[in-house]
Amino acid sequence: MSHAPLLKRLVVICVGMFAFAFALVPLYDVFCDVTGLNGKPSLEQAKQSTSVNEAREIDVSFTTHAQSGAPFEVQSHEYSVVVKPGAMREVLFRAKNTSNEDKVMQAVPSVSPGKAAKYLHKIACFCFDQQPLKAGEEVEFKLLFYVDTQLPEDVEELTLSYTVFDISRQIVASN
Amino acid sequence: MSSVTEQQHDQAAHHDGHHHPAKGFKRWLYTTNHKDIGSLYLIFSLTMFLIGGAMAMVIRAELFQPGLQLVEPHFFNQMTTVHGLIMVFGAVMPAFTGLANWMVPLMIGAPDMALPRMNNWSFWILPFAFIILLASLFMPGGGPAFGWTFYAPLSTTYSNDNTALFVFAVHIMGISSIMGAINVIVTIVNLRAPGMTWMKLPLFVWTWLITAFLLIAVMPVLAGAVTMVLTDKYFATSFFDAAGGGDPVMFQHIFWFFGHPEVYIMILPAFGIISTIVPTFSRKKLFGYASMVYATSSIALLSFIVWAHHMFTTGMPVAGELFFMYATMLISVPTGVKVFNWVATMWRGSISFEVPMLFSIAFIVLFTLGGFSGLMLAITPADFQYHDTYFVVAHFHYVLVTGAIFSIMAGAYYWLPKWTGNMFNITLAKWHFWLSLVSVNVLFFPMHFVGLAGMPRRIPDYALQFADFNAIISIGGFAFGLSQLLFVVVVFKCARGGDKVPAKVWDGAEGLEWEVASPAPYHTFETPPEIK
Repeated sequence: MSHAPLLKRLVVICVGMFAFAFALVPLYDVFCDVTGLNGKPSLEQAKQSTSVNEAREIDVSFTTHAQSGAPFEVQSHEYSVVVKPGAMREVLFRAKNTSNEDKVMQAVPSVSPGKAAKYLHKIACFCFDQQPLKAGEEVEFKLLFYVDTQLPEDVEELTLSYTVFDISRQIVASN
Repeated sequence: MSSVTEQQHDQAAHHDGHHHPAKGFKRWLYTTNHKDIGSLYLIFSLTMFLIGGAMAMVIRAELFQPGLQLVEPHFFNQMTTVHGLIMVFGAVMPAFTGLANWMVPLMIGAPDMALPRMNNWSFWILPFAFIILLASLFMPGGGPAFGWTFYAPLSTTYSNDNTALFVFAVHIMGISSIMGAINVIVTIVNLRAPGMTWMKLPLFVWTWLITAFLLIAVMPVLAGAVTMVLTDKYFATSFFDAAGGGDPVMFQHIFWFFGHPEVYIMILPAFGIISTIVPTFSRKKLFGYASMVYATSSIALLSFIVWAHHMFTTGMPVAGELFFMYATMLISVPTGVKVFNWVATMWRGSISFEVPMLFSIAFIVLFTLGGFSGLMLAITPADFQYHDTYFVVAHFHYVLVTGAIFSIMAGAYYWLPKWTGNMFNITLAKWHFWLSLVSVNVLFFPMHFVGLAGMPRRIPDYALQFADFNAIISIGGFAFGLSQLLFVVVVFKCARGGDKVPAKVWDGAEGLEWEVASPAPYHTFETPPEIK
């Protein structure tokens, strides 16, 4: 009996499963996007808001922290703001490179509670781009956002957290 | 199986005499004989078991007292990591592959494995994988120290430069198991003796067939995970790095998508061994053969939808936690069917307590105990307290040591006379069993208590209130470790000589493997046997 046909099929399964491991990466993002799980907000620019719900008020707080060793100080001017769903709001962040070398910064947003992540829309955000900061440089960054009118009723306050990474090394490595 | 022919063949008599094994080292290096390769796997696995065990002794010696006495914390972390890797990939999995190589062709009446040259290859790349892994321990910076689960970013951002060696070692181990699994599947599908229909297959063959499918489904996923770690660490990709748009939690999803089926890879063949041994020494047919086959298949299928129960504390939404909790608990139903069937097989049987049976009964009791602690861990709210404590360590050592390892011991004692033609020293073997049974419980049972009291795992030091229990655990550990040397003595002596055994070593045993002479001739079933 020839073993080749069965052998071929089994090898195809193996190769397929190896590819599947890598397919899990985009699948994971799609899954998080669709369900809004994991508090992973979109890094794309959102559409403008079309309506405002005057009846509700949502408390949005901001927190930032630098990933271990990243030489950045980033802080929002206001600790928290109160917004109406649908209404645009601008918040300024002050960012400083505390090292004496030129660095590139990447901020990664996360929303808590996680299920609110897909209802926080950013029109402009410094997290959309890599931000080069010269040694000791201090700059102002703008965040323009609104909360979706569809935000579930039980969410009264949410926190937008930024983790700031030093990606200078990765940039050098990929060039 | 009662359906196979009862008539005793004397295989040695019509063995044609040519194709004798080459002499010396070349016999083993070039061999394509399933029995030789089975022996190589088993010897390799025993060696790895002793090396991994020596690392466990270092861990227990350090934990004998609170405070840091013997080793640096970084070295301690290397010991826990490499102990886990060696025991999983070096001891348990090769032992089962070795048993499959030896027994599957004999049990289905095949002359050899279907792909003998690949069989040689799949064994001989294995030692190199472990040489690479073990060598990394001696290099500047040391070996892997991020736990056998190599969670990112521990294995990416915070690991040393030797991580590439770990990655390549895992790649080779994966390729070896995939080739072994493909060989088992092709052998079972294509080389069954005429008349050996699917529902006449011995259960060891069934469980191995299902295990082999699990292996080819998930080992490539593990290879993918280590490859992503490799490129994240050395080639500036960002699969698991949030700064570049990746997500470290995704690592855990990918890893456990492999990791949970992997734990069934390490226990399903054990179920097959126990289902072979219990009927022999109960002198009854296995109770519920068909339900055993279906239970094994459903465990294998369910194993793909429970992975996130390892990740309850990563901040999953409640709906996800509930799904994975209930799916996990569902697995206890087919597992319960199996335990029930073994007990029902023994019920009103005329039981005798030969060494393989002793290990099998210990397996049934202690594996069930490990299953119960697993059920406790499956309860999401309770898991928040148990997570990453010694309770988890107690759980998986009950299912892997008194589960998988005890079943391998049972299988080794059961088939050793068939392999060597000699009966082992029964007195020594009984000493090995009783010393192991007592010491393994002294070793692992108190871990439940220190775990519930909050002692974290993978830590070289601990709070003073855990001191007494840890001293007891360490004493149990040393006793268990030393007892295993008895096993080495028994196997060695049995290979050298002993009372000659007939073809059918155990009077209650059934199956084709007992119809060939003892020791099993180099070539068997060159003409397929007749199965009624």
